[in-house]
Amino acid sequence: MMFNLDKKDFDHFLKDLLETHDLFAPVQLTEGVSVFKKIDNPGEVSLSQLVPQKSAKEVFFPQSEVMFRYQIAGNQGPTVSEQKIERERILLGARPCDIEAISIIEKVFTGEDYTDVYFAEKRKRTTIIGLGCNHPLSTCFCSSTGGGPFNRAGSDLFFTDLGDAYFVELLTEKGMAFRVNKFFKEADSEDLGLMKEIEDKASQKVDRTVPVEGIEKRLDLMVESPFWDRAHEKCIGCGVCTFLCPTCHCFDITDEAVNQKGQRVRNWDSCLFPIYSLETSGHNPRPTGRERTRQRLMHKFNYYPKNFGRVACVGCGRCILYCPVQFDIREALVYASAKRGKGRKGKFK
Amino acid sequence: MKNPYLPIPMILKKAEIETSDRLLRTLELGFKNKEDEESFRFIPGQFCELSILGKGEAPFGIASSPIEKTALKFTINKAGVVTTALHQIEAGSEIGIRGPLGNGYPIDFFEGKNLLVIGGGFAFTTLRSLVAYYLHPENRTKVKQITVVYGARMPGLLLYKDELLEWEKRDDIKLVTTVDWGDKDWKGKVGLVPNVLEEIAPSSENTCAVICGPPIMIKFTFPKLVALRFPNERIFTSLEKRMKCGIGKCGRCNIGHLYVCKDGPVFSYAQLEKLPKDY
Repeated sequence: MMFNLDKKDFDHFLKDLLETHDLFAPVQLTEGVSVFKKIDNPGEVSLSQLVPQKSAKEVFFPQSEVMFRYQIAGNQGPTVSEQKIERERILLGARPCDIEAISIIEKVFTGEDYTDVYFAEKRKRTTIIGLGCNHPLSTCFCSSTGGGPFNRAGSDLFFTDLGDAYFVELLTEKGMAFRVNKFFKEADSEDLGLMKEIEDKASQKVDRTVPVEGIEKRLDLMVESPFWDRAHEKCIGCGVCTFLCPTCHCFDITDEAVNQKGQRVRNWDSCLFPIYSLETSGHNPRPTGRERTRQRLMHKFNYYPKNFGRVACVGCGRCILYCPVQFDIREALVYASAKRGKGRKGKFK
Repeated sequence: MKNPYLPIPMILKKAEIETSDRLLRTLELGFKNKEDEESFRFIPGQFCELSILGKGEAPFGIASSPIEKTALKFTINKAGVVTTALHQIEAGSEIGIRGPLGNGYPIDFFEGKNLLVIGGGFAFTTLRSLVAYYLHPENRTKVKQITVVYGARMPGLLLYKDELLEWEKRDDIKLVTTVDWGDKDWKGKVGLVPNVLEEIAPSSENTCAVICGPPIMIKFTFPKLVALRFPNERIFTSLEKRMKCGIGKCGRCNIGHLYVCKDGPVFSYAQLEKLPKDY
C-alpha cells in the first residue's frame, strides 16, 4: 500500500506517534553530528544527515546498558531486578544499511541455543520506518554488499523524500497497522513516478565495484598472509570503526556497585583494543595490531559468513569516513581479491 | 523469554585451599532452589560463570563429576578481582552461577576406547571431573584403560592430592604424576609433561588423548602425541580465552568462526589445525 505524507503534516504525524509509542530517530547534536535518540518532541527529529555518526544499532543495543540491578540485603541474599520495556517502539529514519545491519546482529543475538533477551525484546517491540537515500555519499558501497540505497529489506514502512512530501510504503504486517492514518493520503501515479526516478538516480550513484562476492573463500587462504603485516601498520587502534560500525556487536560485562547496591552493565567493546583479548595470566592471543586488524576484517568477511551465510558489512562507509588515519576497508577488500602474483605485490597504502 | 544472563543462586557449603602456594581454592556449592538443582544437568568438560554481585563474573570449569550429587565443585586460581573475592567468600554465602555452558568432552566418542588424560598445573579441574566420572562403578565399563599423566611445578601444587592417592591404589587406572622440582618425599617422576609422556609412550591404538594445561604445555604435547601416532581426530584439548557472556554473543572468545564458550571449550586437534592460531 502506498501513501503520500505531506511534510507540512510531518510534525503532527510524529506527535501522534509519540502519544502511543516511544519514538527513536536521528537527532542533530551539532553541525554534522547526529545520533539516534529517544524523541521527546517532533522538532528534535533531523533526517538531513545521510549517515548519522552512530548507527541505529544503538536503539536495540545501547552503548551502555544496565542488564539488571541488585541489592544485597544481609543474609537474605541479593534481590535482582530487571527493567522491562513498557511501550511499543518506533525507529524512524534509519537508512537501508543500518536496517540491514540490525538483521545481521539479530542473527547473533537470537539463535537456537540462547536468546539475548535485551536485544530480542526491543527488536520484537519495534516498528521500523526506513528512509531511502536520495544522495548517497562517495563512501557508500551498500550495493556491493547486497543492499542498496533503496533496499527495503527489514523496513516495516519505507519513506522516500519527494521534496515536499514523503512517499510512504507499507511493507509488513507491522507496517499495515498504519494503513489508517489521518495524515496519509492515497499516493497517485505522479508520486510513484517521482519515487522511482529518485530511486533509480540514487542507485546509479552507489559504488558496486567493491569485490565482496567470494571474499570468504579468498580470505580462507589469507590467514597467515603478509598482507596483515602491512594492513595494520597505520592503524592506531582507536576502535572508532568498530564503535561506529552498525554490525559490530562485541560487548564487555562489568559490575558497578557502591556498598549494598549495584548493577551489572554491558558496554560496547572493540576487538582492536589490546585489553579485549588480554588474559589474567598476561597471555594475549592477539598480541599485536596484525592479529587485531585481521580479526576485525576476518570476522566481517570470513567468520560471520561461515556462520550465517552473508558478510557482516553493509557498506555504510562510516569506518572510512571517520577513520583518523584513512584506513579504507574497500582498499583492503580490493587487495585481498587481487590475483596471486599480481595485486598481492601491489602496495596496500 | 528466559534471560540467560541472570545468575541462579548457590550457597557456598565448604571451601578448601588446595595448594602450598595458597592460590588455589576449591569451592563446593549447593543449590539454593530445588528446581534449579533438578534442571541442572552437565557433562564433564562444561563450565559455569561464577558471579559475586558487585565484583563481577568469570568462567570456571566444573571440577566435580555429574555423578557426585553432593555439591558442584570449582577450583579457583586467585588472580584478579573476581577470583580474589571468590577466595575471600565464607561458607554460607551466596554465589551466582550461570551454566552449564560449553560442549564438554565428547563422552559418546570416547565410549569403548582407551583414555589418555594429560593435565598440567591447575588446569586439572575438568580432567578431574572426567576421570571421576569414569571411575564411578556405573560408568567404569564405558571406557577401557584409563591412563592419567599429571604434572605440576612442585608436589605442593598438585590439585586433589587425597584423590590422587586413592587413584594410585586402584588397579583400573594408571596414574603418572610428575613435577619440575621434587622434594625429599616425592616418589613420582621429575620432568616436564611432554617429556614424561614420551618416556612412558602410551599406545595410541583405540585411544583418545585429552590434554588440558597451560598453552605452552599444550603446544609441546601435541607433537609428542602425533609422534606416538595419535591421529588429530583423537586428540582433544579444552581451551580458555578471555570470556564474558559465555553464550556466544559478546564476541570475545572466537577462534576463527568458532566460539570457545559455545562451540568449545573442547576442540579436537583436527579442528584446531584448520583455525587461525588465535589462542
